[in-house]
Amino acid sequence: MGISVSMTVNGKSVTAEVEPRTLLAAFLRETLALTGTHVGCDTAQCGACTVLVDGRSVKSCNMLAVQARGAAVTTIEGLAPPEGLHPMQAAFKRHHGLQCGFCTPGMVLSAVELASRAKPPTEAEIREALDGNFCRCTGYQNIVKAVKAGLADMGGAK
Amino acid sequence: MHPFNYHAPASLKDAQSAKGGDVKYLAGGQSLLAAMKLRLSSPSDLVDLAGIAELRGIKADASAVTIGAMCTHAEVAASRDVASRIPALAALAGGIGDRQVRNRGTLGGALANNDPAADYPAAVLGLGATVITSKRKISADEYFTGLYETVLEPREIITAVSFPVPKKAAYEKFRNPASRFALVGVFVAQAASGPRVAVTGAGGAGVFRVAEMEAALAKRWAPEAVSGIAVDSSDLNGDIHASAEYRAHLVAVLAGRAVAAAG
Repeated sequence: MGISVSMTVNGKSVTAEVEPRTLLAAFLRETLALTGTHVGCDTAQCGACTVLVDGRSVKSCNMLAVQARGAAVTTIEGLAPPEGLHPMQAAFKRHHGLQCGFCTPGMVLSAVELASRAKPPTEAEIREALDGNFCRCTGYQNIVKAVKAGLADMGGAK
Repeated sequence: MHPFNYHAPASLKDAQSAKGGDVKYLAGGQSLLAAMKLRLSSPSDLVDLAGIAELRGIKADASAVTIGAMCTHAEVAASRDVASRIPALAALAGGIGDRQVRNRGTLGGALANNDPAADYPAAVLGLGATVITSKRKISADEYFTGLYETVLEPREIITAVSFPVPKKAAYEKFRNPASRFALVGVFVAQAASGPRVAVTGAGGAGVFRVAEMEAALAKRWAPEAVSGIAVDSSDLNGDIHASAEYRAHLVAVLAGRAVAAAG
């Protein structure tokens, strides 16, 4: 039943034998022990399991590990440098863009994808872009502030 | 989900001849994988179409935009060829689900699934598009046959959809705030053959055209021409989100807004 799957996760090549039905979220959490990717609703609604696949945000609970063969996957563990925080993580901390923190890995990765846009998004565009990420604590105000600041800091760091 | 055999063919021919009994084709998986997790769908063999180059790409000329079946909603929304020729189609693709879903979900997958509240069926029927498959070309008026039902045969694979460029068009959707699916969505177009009005989210048998509105728009292209036309609610869906009567009301309201937006 097993099938060999190779991909790049956070810059490192990984190969593992998985059942075809293994979800990318389960592969990351259980096979690779990267438990920073959270599974919230497990029905592709809440966005807690968001990771980047070839730079694009996807819900890893609604994608098979075999569909990521050959792809470059970035999880929350792959964002930060060895010391310190990624600018988006730092902005979430500074602006108190989280309370319980469960949705935060997905929020941060979803926000990081926005840095690839040609122009910095407006506040309305940030809210629209975070449509697929639910937070049940904060009311989103500080998340939007954090994303705006994080994107500015990422631009500044380039 | 139940176990299955996984196939990743590199050509359309290999995808059609993939071994297996109960074969399902996997496009972006945004509906199919969710259905498999709920065990609403349990194929013995899953054939992933992601590696087939001929199902990708967008081609455009003055009369039509042809979009590969495996193009994601995000790709269609960002395509200059689509936005310059059929801006209503680009806007519709950019409003499907949420950003993560648009990064995975595909045109072909959405049409093969034919969810009664999906957005793309309204564009395909509203523009009078042609669904091109591994076997034939199917007109939009023949393609959709009911809830999650189409004329596609087993092992028939959508390869592309050709959308004729209309004189003008617009799509207006009243979103279910939780699911983002259309509670009601209305696509209007001034096509070469005349006005077309297609409604998704509301029909008891899926997407449908509204002949009375099309006739009214043929006489006069104006929001008032359609916003007073009552749609019979007895053929519409009613559920916890909206009654059939409310959906019927929304069809007229959204048709008027769509005509106004199309200009």
